Amino acid sequence: MPAESLAVVKRGGVVWPSRRQWRLTGFCYVALVPILALFAYIRVFPIAWSLILSFYQWDLISLHKPFVGFANYVSLTHDANFLTALKNTTIYSLATVVVSTVISLPLAMFLSGTTRVGVFYQAIYFLPVITPMVPMAIAWKWIYDYNYGILNYALSFVGVKPIPWLTSSRIALWALIIMSVWKILGYNLILFLVGIRNIPLVYLEAADLDGATSWQRFRFVTLPLLKSILLYVLVTATINSYNVFTQVYVMTLGSQSAPGNAVRVLVYDIYQNAFSYFHMGYASAEAVILTMIVLVVTAFQFGFVRGEET
Amino acid sequence: MRRPAGPRRLGRAGAWALSAASHVVLALGAILMILPMLWMFSTSFKPPAEIPIWPPHLLPRAPTLENYTGIFQVAPFGRFFLNSAALSLVATISVAVTSLVAGAIFAKYTFPGRALLFMLVIATAIVPFESYMIPLYIQLIPINWINTYQGIVLPYLIMSFGIFLMRQHIASAIPTELLEAARVDGASEWWILFRVIAPLSSSALGAVGIFAFIQMWAAFIWPLLIANSQLLFNMEVGLTAFQFRFSSDYGKLMAGSVVSVLPMLVIFLILRRRIIESVALTGLKG
Repeated sequence: MPAESLAVVKRGGVVWPSRRQWRLTGFCYVALVPILALFAYIRVFPIAWSLILSFYQWDLISLHKPFVGFANYVSLTHDANFLTALKNTTIYSLATVVVSTVISLPLAMFLSGTTRVGVFYQAIYFLPVITPMVPMAIAWKWIYDYNYGILNYALSFVGVKPIPWLTSSRIALWALIIMSVWKILGYNLILFLVGIRNIPLVYLEAADLDGATSWQRFRFVTLPLLKSILLYVLVTATINSYNVFTQVYVMTLGSQSAPGNAVRVLVYDIYQNAFSYFHMGYASAEAVILTMIVLVVTAFQFGFVRGEET
Repeated sequence: MRRPAGPRRLGRAGAWALSAASHVVLALGAILMILPMLWMFSTSFKPPAEIPIWPPHLLPRAPTLENYTGIFQVAPFGRFFLNSAALSLVATISVAVTSLVAGAIFAKYTFPGRALLFMLVIATAIVPFESYMIPLYIQLIPINWINTYQGIVLPYLIMSFGIFLMRQHIASAIPTELLEAARVDGASEWWILFRVIAPLSSSALGAVGIFAFIQMWAAFIWPLLIANSQLLFNMEVGLTAFQFRFSSDYGKLMAGSVVSVLPMLVIFLILRRRIIESVALTGLKG
């Protein structure tokens, strides 16, 4: 390619892009416009509209759509259903993220030491991640079955009386947490494994030469070098767990458990307010709060891990 | 990648003990991970009389296929399965094409607004789908896309993460000189995109396609909202509806679950390495 065609052509002191540059820029816009238009229609507009809608009262059908300012948000602060959902989702989210991280990090440490069988273990641990949620939630519902479930059977060997896993709403929350930890454990494990394997061997050898114990080696060499992966795991796990819906819908809303016993989570509350009661504005306000929580948690985790580094 | 099994200070016996202990923990964990799936398979082959018994049999005494033939008789599971397959295929093709084109342009071209647009694509990815599904649903009412296939597949046609992954891959793995050389030879930009960049990034493109397929296959809350007619149900929604009607018939429920899980298991068995490597890649890039 001759050099002059890459350079800009000057005409009367004004810098003009070359014909070639015009052609390339034109191509970019022609190719991107359909994609970005679709993207705007399915992401950007709905996100913006969700924020706007949260300031209105609307039942989806009527032409009357009054602007109510922050009234929806104010109502939410003393809506028992919403507050229960917020509490449950927060407990669920915190427990799922913390437990899955605490279990998968040591497993990844063990796994990083193995070579050939490691591949086999990776596949087994990753299997639940790849399987769809609905069938596995049904399978877990069967495992948790009060009368014939295999979990209560297994627990009977250690003298534990049958536990009403899914019919008591307090226990059901923990049943959901256990199931979800099982589901996402492999994902965190793979990410930690990559992080550990990317730690240069010389650091660990240097620690050994300095006489570090294996705990010290983990605490002062491995863990600080895993910060960015840890951050990524925490952020994705938190975002994903605040949206919990499918397993709750499948496992606790079945015909067997009374509606009052269902574990109320944020997305279920949004779903019900919007599509059972047609409180579109009100549900949108909840949706905005969900987004805010996710954004704040993400920002906090970024700040925390970055702050520790410096 | 080899690492000493344990720190040197422990000595050989200590290192061996640590290694043995870690193998025991890993093996026990692996059994716990696989058990729910084995239990699902085992139950799906049990005749109805073997389900409500105590103590439960780990394996069916009289294995039968009647649960599998049964589900297709009581509900249109064949239709659900084909719906899931067709929707996933469409989503995969769309995500692959849009991620390739947008990823390549964000990686290899300069134009006004590039950084801003790319930021927009990435920033919106953090917003949970569930928090903007209401306006998306409302948008589909005037165009009569509620209760249609195109309404179900619409939000899955583009994947921010796919655009991001393709951009990272193309920016780092494909030299710009190669594209320049193709231009000197008189290649059009579209030709370069699909004949030079696409083949050179086929592994990343494959990973993006797999993610898109899995995501659409497992989709639940959106199809639940959009599909009112049973004929449009995907496997996941169909299975849930089936569960509400036959809540205690666990033999059939597990058979339906196996049918829903099986395609993902097959994909995983064939593409296990690529899937795990791609997930690992997301951690590195993140």
